[in-house]
Amino acid sequence: MHIIDRRLNPGGKSLENRQRFLRRAKALVQGAVKKTSQDRDIKDVLEGGEVSIPLDGMDEPRFRREGGTRDMVLPGNKKFIEGDILPRSGDGSGRKSGPGQGDSEDAFRFVLSKEEFVNLFLDDLELPDLAKRKFAEAESEGLVRAGYSTSGSPANISISRTVARAMARRVALRRPRPEAIAELEARIEQETDDDKRAALVAELEALKAKAKRIPFIDPIDIRYRRFEAVPKPIAQAVMFCLMDVSGSMSEHMKDLAKRFYMLLYVFLTRRYRHVEIVFIRHTDRAEEVDEQTFFYGPASGGTLVSSALQCMHDIVRSRFRPSDWNIYAAQASDGDNATSDSENVARLLTDNILPVSQFFAYLEVGESGTYSFEMPDSALWSLYERLRANGEPLSMRKVRDRSEIFPVFHDLFQRRGTSQERAAS
Amino acid sequence: MSGLLFDGADWNFLTLQRIHDACETVAHKELGLDTYPNQIEVITAEQMLDAYSSVGMPLFYKHWSFGKHFAYHEASYRKGLMGLAYEIVINSSPCISYLMEENTATMQTLVIAHAAFGHNHFFKNNYLFKQWTDADGILDYLDFARGYIGQCEDRYGRLAVEHTLDAAHALMSHGVDRYPGKKKLDFREEEKRAGKRRLYEEGTFNDLWRTVPTGPVKTSAVLNVERRRTLLGLPQENLLYFLEKTAPRLAPWQRELLRIVRHIAQYFYPQGQTKVMNEGTATYVHYRIMNRLHQEGRLTDGNFLEFLQSHTNVVFQPEFDDPRFSGFNPYALGFAIMQDIERIVKDPTEEDREWFPDIAGTGDEMAVLRDVWANYRDESFITQFLSPALIRHLRLFHLHDDPADRTGILVDAIHDERGYRRIRRELSKQYDVGYIDPNIEVVDVDLAGDRRLMLRHTVVKGAQLSETDTKRVLQHLADLWSYDVSLVEVDAATDKVLKEYVLNPRIQPAAA
Repeated sequence: MHIIDRRLNPGGKSLENRQRFLRRAKALVQGAVKKTSQDRDIKDVLEGGEVSIPLDGMDEPRFRREGGTRDMVLPGNKKFIEGDILPRSGDGSGRKSGPGQGDSEDAFRFVLSKEEFVNLFLDDLELPDLAKRKFAEAESEGLVRAGYSTSGSPANISISRTVARAMARRVALRRPRPEAIAELEARIEQETDDDKRAALVAELEALKAKAKRIPFIDPIDIRYRRFEAVPKPIAQAVMFCLMDVSGSMSEHMKDLAKRFYMLLYVFLTRRYRHVEIVFIRHTDRAEEVDEQTFFYGPASGGTLVSSALQCMHDIVRSRFRPSDWNIYAAQASDGDNATSDSENVARLLTDNILPVSQFFAYLEVGESGTYSFEMPDSALWSLYERLRANGEPLSMRKVRDRSEIFPVFHDLFQRRGTSQERAAS
Repeated sequence: MSGLLFDGADWNFLTLQRIHDACETVAHKELGLDTYPNQIEVITAEQMLDAYSSVGMPLFYKHWSFGKHFAYHEASYRKGLMGLAYEIVINSSPCISYLMEENTATMQTLVIAHAAFGHNHFFKNNYLFKQWTDADGILDYLDFARGYIGQCEDRYGRLAVEHTLDAAHALMSHGVDRYPGKKKLDFREEEKRAGKRRLYEEGTFNDLWRTVPTGPVKTSAVLNVERRRTLLGLPQENLLYFLEKTAPRLAPWQRELLRIVRHIAQYFYPQGQTKVMNEGTATYVHYRIMNRLHQEGRLTDGNFLEFLQSHTNVVFQPEFDDPRFSGFNPYALGFAIMQDIERIVKDPTEEDREWFPDIAGTGDEMAVLRDVWANYRDESFITQFLSPALIRHLRLFHLHDDPADRTGILVDAIHDERGYRRIRRELSKQYDVGYIDPNIEVVDVDLAGDRRLMLRHTVVKGAQLSETDTKRVLQHLADLWSYDVSLVEVDAATDKVLKEYVLNPRIQPAAA
């Protein structure tokens, strides 16, 4: 008897089947995910959880019978005698069918993992300008078979190839076969005539010499399996979070911005293996900070948006070569800016930032309770609007409330075709 | 050898080994069981769920429906709606039993006795398993199937493979041979037989026979039909086999997929017919082994009580008016009949002697049971061995529900002298595959016309096929056949056509 401990085997044996199931039910599951996520916080949105999909389209039909006369034998008779008629209504005869199998239920509930949920959630979103995607920073190298070579390590000898070549060579050079030599030897044994015998012996010698000259396997026959190291390209991206932290930005606004950045981050990590985040906060001057300071550090001062853009531009120049990195930027602000700064902002954006960025999103956050159409266009908004009218690749939205974050995000990243239609309308 | 096997609930691999050896001694020496070598694998709950979704097999090809089942089981397990089985056992050699890591030492003993000896013996000895399954080869075959299907996906695309498998799965229940086929003779044997027949004809030659008038000559049309039907092997109830061999437009790899699904269906065919017996055997065996171990002082009283508690749960049979009732519990029914056999063999009453003259009072219950386990399936087992005593004990009764009868449901038989045989017959029918599966056959193919495939469902007791499912299955069938498919439902008694389906393949065949 063997006892085998399987507990340490890698889990997820059913993962592949599960993915196939999800792929097949994609439309249904996606609908369910949308529905569940509508009334969730973003934080919970990313939690995964239970969804329920209708079974239509996921059924596995079989030939089944129904109706007809039925005979059944049941245990536990208490008072019936032969010939009794039990009324059909009421439950006097007991429940005849067992609990329905899971498969026969109308809706099918199951739990999605966090990743599955996020994937489905973001699935119809598309990163803008994926074309520029740069393959760099090879994180790993894979080995790929690449034919045969004449040198290599003994472990890599390709026996079949070597033997085949050896045989081809032996045939081509007419190496005498051992059977031929044996036969000749036998004939010499039997030969009585000395002359003929001498001739045969000579022939035998010649054959043997030839067999010696042409070895069974020659070093030139040997072939090794060749492997080539192929760098596995990994796409990388950097995400700049720009935020105005001047006094006019309330906690609520910062919270909105944070949620937006979070979504963007999740979204980018799904597309790129390697995502870096740079936090730049600004008042009338900008600085690169860590996440904690970015969201919670106190700061005060006026507002100069150009300082943040300048800072971003410097960082790009020093650390993120645009040819190697996909650059994404998301700016959150309440829209205030010094009037004198507009020219600077416009110049920085059009000349330095937008040409190297994949995507630049501007999110204007406001206090909750007001509607976006009630807000007068802010200084920054009008400026960006003007730039956009000139054809610069800028996306901008206004957000008031937590619940609007996801739709806005969804809007910004919708698959290209539809988003352009939307922009046009 | 004696002494406690373990104390308390904890176990380790040495404990498992000791438990196995102790069970083996009882099983082989006392019960005379004949088992495949055992392989015991300890697994986690997640791995148990994995095993659930691939019908318990350790390896299986990839298909979305297994993922669906996995998702379903996982969700209900997490919600606490469903407990997991303590064990899964696979009919292979060596016989693989999966044990859950959560089980206590007592439970592991129970499970080893149950699966590694009870089920194992049944798999190795029952005639259905011997006839239909190849315990040595199944794992290799599944490995081949997985590899082959994977290759097909690479070569012909995942979708194409998925469509074919979907269709094959829909027909899986009608992809089994119900009778072992005739062995094909090789040429030498055939020659021998022909020679023998010739000799016989020569030996019995009588010219008079020539003058005896024969029946009416068959017209050529009738002969054509007969010829076609013989060539196609009609009527054929193994739909997958028929498609694999004769569907006109299937690619070779598609035929191989149908074959794989068919083989797997055939492998599981005996299990569906022996649920009561299989579980009954395993339960009976674990009950005997556990009792013996306790008597020998190898289990503490506490552990034995723990065992009795789970054993009682396993063989609990709620009565029909109990809210927990959901049909017969195969463990309970099988175990009850087997214990009853033991009683009849050892301590028969007058009634038993009259009903079971062959086995009553013979004294060696294991010999009788081993014979039963080897040579019966659920249906024949119940027909033979459900005794009046047990019918009384379970208070069985038979209901006849005719929807045409407005007044209500008739109590047709109860546990009395007049009812025993009828109850026994009806109960065994509930386990007869001939009644459980709808009887659907390929009856003909319109070779001269539009190549329509004609099926016939023989309707028994007015139970027709459910319409939506049937249409879907037939759609799959039509896709495989790639020409029209028709199904008529014909009443068995009156030969009246009740319903007719015709479906066209979704992809029209290109003009040939």
